[in-house]
Amino acid sequence: MPDQLFFAMEVTVNGLMAGVLYSLVALGFVLIFKSSGIFNYAQGVFALFAALTLVGIQNGQVPFAHLINSIFGTNIHKFGWHVPSVLAIILTIGVMVLLAILVERYILRHLVNQPDIILFMATIGLAYFLEGFGDIMWGSDLKKLDVGLPQGISDTIETATFNWFGYGFFVDKLDIVATVIAVILVTGLTLFSQYTKQGRALRAVADDHQAALSVGISLRYIWVLVWSIAGFVALVAGMMWGAKSGVQFSLSLIALKALPVLMLGGFTSIPGAIVGGLIIGVGEKLFEFSIGPMIGGATENWFAYVLALLFLVFRPQGLFGEKIIERV
Amino acid sequence: MIYREAGDFKTTYKDDSQTFPIKFDRWGYYVILAIAFLVIPFVINDYWANAVFVPFLIYAIAALGLNILIGYCGQLSLGTGGFMAVGAYSVYKLMTAFPDVSMLVHVVIAGLITTCVGVLFGLPSLRIKGFYLAVATLAAQFFLVWLFNKVPWFYNYSASGMINSPERTVFGMIVTGPNTSASAKYLFCLIFLVAVAWIARNLTRGSIGRKWMAIRDMDIAAEIIGVNPLNAKLSAFAVSSFFIGISGALFFSVYLGAAEVGEAFGIQKSFLILFMVIIGGLGSIFGSFAGAAFMVLMPVFLKNVLVGWLGWPTDLAAHMEFIIVGGLIIAFLIIEPHGLAQLWRLTKEKLRLWPFPH
Repeated sequence: MPDQLFFAMEVTVNGLMAGVLYSLVALGFVLIFKSSGIFNYAQGVFALFAALTLVGIQNGQVPFAHLINSIFGTNIHKFGWHVPSVLAIILTIGVMVLLAILVERYILRHLVNQPDIILFMATIGLAYFLEGFGDIMWGSDLKKLDVGLPQGISDTIETATFNWFGYGFFVDKLDIVATVIAVILVTGLTLFSQYTKQGRALRAVADDHQAALSVGISLRYIWVLVWSIAGFVALVAGMMWGAKSGVQFSLSLIALKALPVLMLGGFTSIPGAIVGGLIIGVGEKLFEFSIGPMIGGATENWFAYVLALLFLVFRPQGLFGEKIIERV
Repeated sequence: MIYREAGDFKTTYKDDSQTFPIKFDRWGYYVILAIAFLVIPFVINDYWANAVFVPFLIYAIAALGLNILIGYCGQLSLGTGGFMAVGAYSVYKLMTAFPDVSMLVHVVIAGLITTCVGVLFGLPSLRIKGFYLAVATLAAQFFLVWLFNKVPWFYNYSASGMINSPERTVFGMIVTGPNTSASAKYLFCLIFLVAVAWIARNLTRGSIGRKWMAIRDMDIAAEIIGVNPLNAKLSAFAVSSFFIGISGALFFSVYLGAAEVGEAFGIQKSFLILFMVIIGGLGSIFGSFAGAAFMVLMPVFLKNVLVGWLGWPTDLAAHMEFIIVGGLIIAFLIIEPHGLAQLWRLTKEKLRLWPFPH
């Protein structure tokens, strides 16, 4: 077979892997949108904040060190210990749950029954707040995240494909791990929402707020639960992206990339988020590979949005979204 | 005592339907206009022009444009930065291609070019609604920024990829370029702001504004009572992009002088203007001014307090600014979701009853 075809196949595989990461972020959006009807713009910043916290705890950084130093003239930076990865991850989950409780207590509770755009704006405000807060707490320099995930090109796949086709595929080990983790996560979430009491309550709330309230489900508890789960998903996404390209501000921009993913898949569907992520991942890599060089490259910046836009014109509710029924 | 309709007799229909029905309001408006045109230009210096007045005037134009789209017609747009970029690059091409033509003409034509682009990207709004539309406009934002970055014709093949505004005049007065005086910049922007606000106010209370509001409140119902959604939505996109294009043209040529598209007209700009509209008040002309003033003044104020008084390092102050802006947005939405304009309305109601509120 010609080299070009192998090349395209390799690009496709890598696109699928990148798509998994988009799906992970999009998943957090869908969870919150389904249960509370809030379009949570802050999801990307959640991922950034979670990754920053994880690195900070791991390296034993003193929170707010920069602030304390410049106010009191001290010079402290680190506690001088190193926390093992597992413990650090558990502590970070704790921080994300705390964050969920605070968000429910101080923002959502006061904004019940407001129009969607107001809630959307509130999450943009939250995103700004967390962005500044994360930077002040842990410092804004580029950090390396190392939780023991394998890195580099996978040799096994390269040799195996070389033996089959006479052409070795380059696939990042980290991408494979990310895919496995995403599969576990989605399976876990599905099982959780199908077979546990809390999961059932969650689906009930997603279906109908008022009916759920009337059978005695506490909305506040569900919201905290959902935002915690979204925080956890954000942590996983933040870990993957952080291990790939370092923990830095641009991490929060992947939230914007998740939007076209959601559009394609439909706002309310978990499988939609996965499929949408894969389509976008493969589509933008293939487009950049085939058409990109002809029109100057860097098409990844806008391809996803334009694809989503064209797609929406033909199917306004997305691939798996619930049919939009409008009444006067 | 002074702020009420009593004793202010209207004898013609024209009087009855004027913009400011209360005499006190009307005089206040004239006084503000007089101060803006006759006092400030003579006392303004470079710091005040660059830090406060010129950005306020330009952002107010953009906020008016976005408010027409979101507040009056209910079409959520996150593509403001991209449309401002269209205005900026059109005015740049016009300025370099026709150096002898007045800047007034250039800016208006740049607005018209943006109108065409805006209508083009507004077409999907006929099928897509709400948040879905917001993402569709994000496509405009990212695509336009990429386009201006990648096609060298737009920045006249300059090596740095930046656009620099050359020196141009209006009636012999220099309004762009490094030698512009503070008062010239200020007056040039002010003229556009007053014109745009006047157009916006009169459009929104006319039949076209009512059509927009009908579409905003419920588009299917509006269609049934005979509002053509195609005309209403596209005209809102057209007017809004015209204003935003003007503000983009002024932002580049008068305020910045030199611009790089990703930095000056990125997604952050879209959000900034969206914040102005929300904090000021959706569907209110006064709100657009108030929101723009708030979002321009607050960073200046915070910087003076944190860096100037408390002596914090600038990077820390920048992070703190993020926290405070975010916190304020949330606080505003919780306390008064209808924005500063609603606070002003409540104040006016109180004023009319004062000093006997019962």
